[in-house]
Amino acid sequence: MLTLENLRLTHGDWTLEADLNLAAGARCALIGPSGAGKSTLLGAIAGFMAPTRGRILWQAQDLAQLAPGERPVSILFQDNNLFPHLTAAQNIGLGLRPNLRLSTAEKARVAEALGRVGLADYADRKPAALSGGQQGRVALARALLRARPLLLLDEPFAALGPALRAEMLDLVASICSETGATLLMVSHDPGDARRIADQTIVIGDGRAAPPQKTEALFADPPPALRRYLGTN
Amino acid sequence: MARRAQPVGRRAGAAVALGLVALTLGTLGAVAWRAVGTWGLVEGLGPADWAALRFTLLQAGLSAVLSVALAVPVARALARRRFFGRRALIALMGAPFILPVIVAVLGLLSVFGRGGILNAGLAALGLAPLSIYGLHGVILGNVFFNLPLAVRLILQGWLSIPAERFRLAAALGFGPSQIARQIEGPMLREVIPGAALAIFLICLTSFAIALTLGGGPRATTIELAIYQAFRFDFDLGHAALLAALQFAISGAAMLLALRLTLPQASAAGLDRPVERWDAASPWLRAQDAVLTTLAALFLLTPLALIVTQGLPTLLSLPGIVWTAALNSLAVALASALLATAAALALALAISGPRPALYEAAGMLPLATSPLVLGTGLFLILNPVIDPSRLALPVTALSNAAMALPFGLRALVPALREVEASHGRLADALGMRGLARLRLLIVPRLRRPLGFTLGLAAALSMGDLGVVTLFAPPEGGTLPLQLYRLMGAYRMNEAAGAALLLLILSFALFWVFDRGGRADADT
Repeated sequence: MLTLENLRLTHGDWTLEADLNLAAGARCALIGPSGAGKSTLLGAIAGFMAPTRGRILWQAQDLAQLAPGERPVSILFQDNNLFPHLTAAQNIGLGLRPNLRLSTAEKARVAEALGRVGLADYADRKPAALSGGQQGRVALARALLRARPLLLLDEPFAALGPALRAEMLDLVASICSETGATLLMVSHDPGDARRIADQTIVIGDGRAAPPQKTEALFADPPPALRRYLGTN
Repeated sequence: MARRAQPVGRRAGAAVALGLVALTLGTLGAVAWRAVGTWGLVEGLGPADWAALRFTLLQAGLSAVLSVALAVPVARALARRRFFGRRALIALMGAPFILPVIVAVLGLLSVFGRGGILNAGLAALGLAPLSIYGLHGVILGNVFFNLPLAVRLILQGWLSIPAERFRLAAALGFGPSQIARQIEGPMLREVIPGAALAIFLICLTSFAIALTLGGGPRATTIELAIYQAFRFDFDLGHAALLAALQFAISGAAMLLALRLTLPQASAAGLDRPVERWDAASPWLRAQDAVLTTLAALFLLTPLALIVTQGLPTLLSLPGIVWTAALNSLAVALASALLATAAALALALAISGPRPALYEAAGMLPLATSPLVLGTGLFLILNPVIDPSRLALPVTALSNAAMALPFGLRALVPALREVEASHGRLADALGMRGLARLRLLIVPRLRRPLGFTLGLAAALSMGDLGVVTLFAPPEGGTLPLQLYRLMGAYRMNEAAGAALLLLILSFALFWVFDRGGRADADT
């Protein structure tokens, strides 16, 4: 279970508070206006920002002492999810060993992950020679191999078209089923949230509300969400 | 960033910073101790030393004023005209930075020297020959090197004026004089003091030019006086005293420079001319054409003469020149590796938390003169080992220290850029220490690393400084050997050796810089 306990994040005058639990294995969307702090919250869970108050726990373990790479977390950023000077296979291999000194067995696992995302023939390509969708697949293959219990998506597919984005989200869903990962994804689009997230956290007015059932939430949106969706 | 470990260790950076402090302030300490121990600080300076101080300030001041004054019309011509070869001419303006001083001096002698083109022309007209040696020769050499720098700095100022402002001026019907008063004048008032001060600082430590074109009691800089006290009188106490004086001047100038931000020439975007509606008159066109032609001739003729006069003897150079060339290559490569590794370590420390001390250490070489550093090292080494046996390692070390600030200038911004774009991803994947260095930083910094290697190698290849104090009579580097050939009036061989040195310096820069750019993934 992911626990945000009495959490407060501050950045100058800006604050975000959260006090909530997310069950292990849940798939949860994070929705709210831009500037509300969706990315900041993911960044804090991934270890890029220290809370000014409260704690972040995974399975009752406080994450505060852990460096980003040590946390039980894989994160996909909005951009720069791949190193442009490394091949697809190398970028994926970093998920197994941050120094890229891979054993034969580990190399086989990298090849398997490439096959799993449909890029078996693209192992030696560098990101510049891959399409946006293919780059997303490489980043997902790495998350698949890392198999960390928490998968955080900070809109990594925002630049893709609707069809491609839906395809990526289906891939995310099947990766989560395979690894049993808990998913927390930022979304601008209620359609995306409904597609794979059974729960949704609404962020706004300086607060992250506890997760609610996605269907119920959109069937009867609270005022903050209604304002965001423009369905007054 | 909850208790984040340092992504890449800073111990190497700390070691480099300490090494720089030891090399600059440590040698200065040795110099000061010796100077005070031998004489009182002020009564030890004779009339000749005060003359050297006055000459140093005079030649630096005149060189700065002349370089900037000549650069303004040339930069204006380059800013408002497009013509074939414009880009090449601007690139040429960057070349003097890695051009060996001694090569340029030989080229200037072929034009302005006793047997040069100019005097041949004067003789044909029945006029008395001019001598290049003395104050005007030193200034000529300094202007040759610093006019291009001034042109680049001032051209940057011109190109930083928004094109819309010239469009507005054209719409209002401004003529050239109104544009000069309303638009160009304010820009020049901002750019010129910095450019002049930068050139003044460079000329304060003028050694190789003063050594070859000056000399004598009336045209000796302090750096040259240190060399003479060393080489001719072997008066270490006197040399140390002069070194202390040189440090005082360089230090004062550095403090002055810190208060005024010095401009930095960058090649980016200089090849874009500005559309000008006011400068279309034939008279102004002719004026600009003449100015750019003269500037190009002033820079190219000496270099062209080096090539034409050096080619015939290039392949028949005596063995001692080739030995010196090999020595120089070894020194240049060692210096390039050392400077680049040290600059990278220091840049990593500077891009971490609390960078101030590391930044200060990286600036120290700028305030140090090579001859002061050499004198100090000599004083330290002399009791322990025969310094002439260490001539080449000491040269490589001092060259590396002198090149380091330029490497930092290229690496620090690039490193910040890498951390901003891919640092979080590397953190998220747990890439730290050597793995981060090998898989993220070095591959992403290929271009600035190649540039630093090339610059440090070329600067070291052409350096005629510390090696003059240490080298044994027959040994040493190619620039020193070239200086000896010139001193012995073996001008044919000197021309061949100069061409060899020119080729090696530019080739070293080109190979490394090119290597950094080739298929670098962006």
